[in-house]
Amino acid sequence: MRLRYSPEEETFRAEVRGWMEANVPSSPLPSFDASREGFEAHRAWERTLNQGRWSMVTWPEDYGGRGLDLIGWLIFEEEYWRAGAPQRVNQNGIFLLGPTLMEFGTAEQKARFLPRMASGDEVWAQAWSEPQAGSDLAAVRASATRDGDDYVLSGHKIWSSRAVFADWAFGLFRTDPGAERHKGLSLILFPLTAPGIRVQPIAQIDGETGFAEIFLDDVRVPAFNRLGEDGDGWRICMATAGFERGLMLRSPARFQQAAKRLVELYRAHQQECGPETEAAVLQSFMDAEAYALSIYETASRLRAGGAIGAEASTSKVFWSELDVALHRTALSILGTRAELLRAAPEAGDAGRWLDGYLFALAGPIYAGANEIQKNIIAERVLGLPR
Amino acid sequence: MDFRFSDEQQMMADSVRGLLADLCRPADLRRLLRSGAARDEQRWAAIVGLGLAGALVPEEKGGLGLAPADFVLVAEACGYACLPEPLVENAGVAVPLLAQAAPGHAALARALAGEITVAAAHPLNPFIADADTAGVILVERDGALLLVSPADARLAVQPSIDPFRRLFTVEFAPKAATPVAGADEAAALLDAALDRGALFVAAQLLGIAQRCVDLAAAYARERHQFGRPIGSFQAVKHHLAAAQVKIAFARPVVYAAAAEQPRGDLHSRARVSHAKLAAGAAADLSARTAIQIHGAMGYSWEVDVHFFLKRALALDAWWGTAAFHRRRVAERVFGGRLGPERTFARERHDA
Repeated sequence: MRLRYSPEEETFRAEVRGWMEANVPSSPLPSFDASREGFEAHRAWERTLNQGRWSMVTWPEDYGGRGLDLIGWLIFEEEYWRAGAPQRVNQNGIFLLGPTLMEFGTAEQKARFLPRMASGDEVWAQAWSEPQAGSDLAAVRASATRDGDDYVLSGHKIWSSRAVFADWAFGLFRTDPGAERHKGLSLILFPLTAPGIRVQPIAQIDGETGFAEIFLDDVRVPAFNRLGEDGDGWRICMATAGFERGLMLRSPARFQQAAKRLVELYRAHQQECGPETEAAVLQSFMDAEAYALSIYETASRLRAGGAIGAEASTSKVFWSELDVALHRTALSILGTRAELLRAAPEAGDAGRWLDGYLFALAGPIYAGANEIQKNIIAERVLGLPR
Repeated sequence: MDFRFSDEQQMMADSVRGLLADLCRPADLRRLLRSGAARDEQRWAAIVGLGLAGALVPEEKGGLGLAPADFVLVAEACGYACLPEPLVENAGVAVPLLAQAAPGHAALARALAGEITVAAAHPLNPFIADADTAGVILVERDGALLLVSPADARLAVQPSIDPFRRLFTVEFAPKAATPVAGADEAAALLDAALDRGALFVAAQLLGIAQRCVDLAAAYARERHQFGRPIGSFQAVKHHLAAAQVKIAFARPVVYAAAAEQPRGDLHSRARVSHAKLAAGAAADLSARTAIQIHGAMGYSWEVDVHFFLKRALALDAWWGTAAFHRRRVAERVFGGRLGPERTFARERHDA
């Protein structure tokens, strides 16, 4: 057990820090879910990152990466969050579909999709859930019918993150209408600009349109766009979900940076707070540290050839609960200012905490509701019967 | 950076796990209880045979010169088995303390050979564990460390809810004790003992927590109601999953604390305290969950869960209460620098 960075890792950290200090925008970009302008500002940031070869440091150099291991990824993320760099508008692509393509895609598919994903030229939405297939994802009904070298897609997807402004989406479709549940499903990539697609934005709890419904009416895509074997969609989808629940989508640095800001907020308002607030602040710090240590342990294991399993569900429950508690504590510290929107003259930093709290409330729901994650933990870690 | 135990560390833990799986089953605990003896002599002889008494004592003082990270899995295994005998306190805390305080004392050689155990007092612990079976007792008076033989002291037993805990208050005449370290020297030694004590209690609590969840999961697979195993009900699954999540995020903290403890700086002290708090919370939740899942059986003497509940309760405040350890975390949070790049920070980086 060696809990120190190697000289190479320290050198890499210094390089990331130097680049971030020179390139991170000095003022926050407008939200990528509220307007086309905000979305394109974030796409421009992705292009800047790609020019520095920072899009995904773990990807092979051929696809715009640096071929680093997961410890390198964690160091990058620490410096990224430390620098206060913008949120990744293409997170559905780079964090979820990207690793899935890397594992299940053909060489041609990787060459077609990964570089344009890294550059931000193609920003991705996910298209998994349907009105009748949420927690019970295997109930999806959207169909992909083979027609020569094409698939014809029809159906109704919902809660598709980023779909309002994104260029492409990946979704789960039934390719064998005779098969039931987890069988006969395939993962298919489709452009959101294709004829037959209608995207209907959904206003979220904060009023922004971070997700949408996608209506597909005889949308024709080449069979090339199917990722993995016909009928293997469920297994691939679960691998993607593993990335989503685990260390890719929610790197610990995000929560450690939030915990640092929480401590600063508490210190500024210490005189107005009771001992229970200090205990909650300390708990948030400890939970963010515990999450980081757990992810370093997982990353060390994966680097040595281990596999990620149901512990992704354990992580998802932990980080989503930690995020809610951390932001709720911040609102308690802010007291009567907690309700102020960013636009309020007296809001100061309060609006950002409020936005963070509303966003955190989604955590226990997306990527598989925590109740489903707890079932997975009970069944696959503890061996309880279904 | 490599957050994994070595093969040697795993092998040492495996040998202890194997021994305890054979000799420290719940039936063995019950047999010891019925006998009224302080120790299971056969088991203790096997433990002594492992040669771990000097694990954490430097080689130049006759020990194995191992580090806390080499011993933390052993302590976890002892928690998992609810081991009655003082392997962890003796080898993890008391013998290293004696080696530092009195390297030339004859008792050290006997302790390293496994002929005697050492019991250690600390200002944080109002009682001394296993003082009656110890060959020597390290006591603290006015900041100084003294050595006293149990035969020369008056031991008053303080019965614990944990039937295997042997707690005592110790009184002795001044001339019965041998001074081994003055207050100046003893302060640093007691601080290190506190860190090791809290760390290895955390590791034991982690083992207790996992054992409680494992016992409850096994019961939930077997016990049928409404024509189904109760483990198929979500209410039961979610209770156990919540406990397992707590364990999963205490474990790496305990392991990191073991790796960092020898530094003895602001960060490593806070990590030990975090480990103690996290493992204590995991053990508390897991033990109570295990009782609940066992239903009325869980409240009975006949089912083994209560042994673990009681050990968790006993160790929760041993080597520092939650309030004490939260203060040490606060010292790091408010006295050191924070941020995502400082997960493995050291004090000199903060200067």
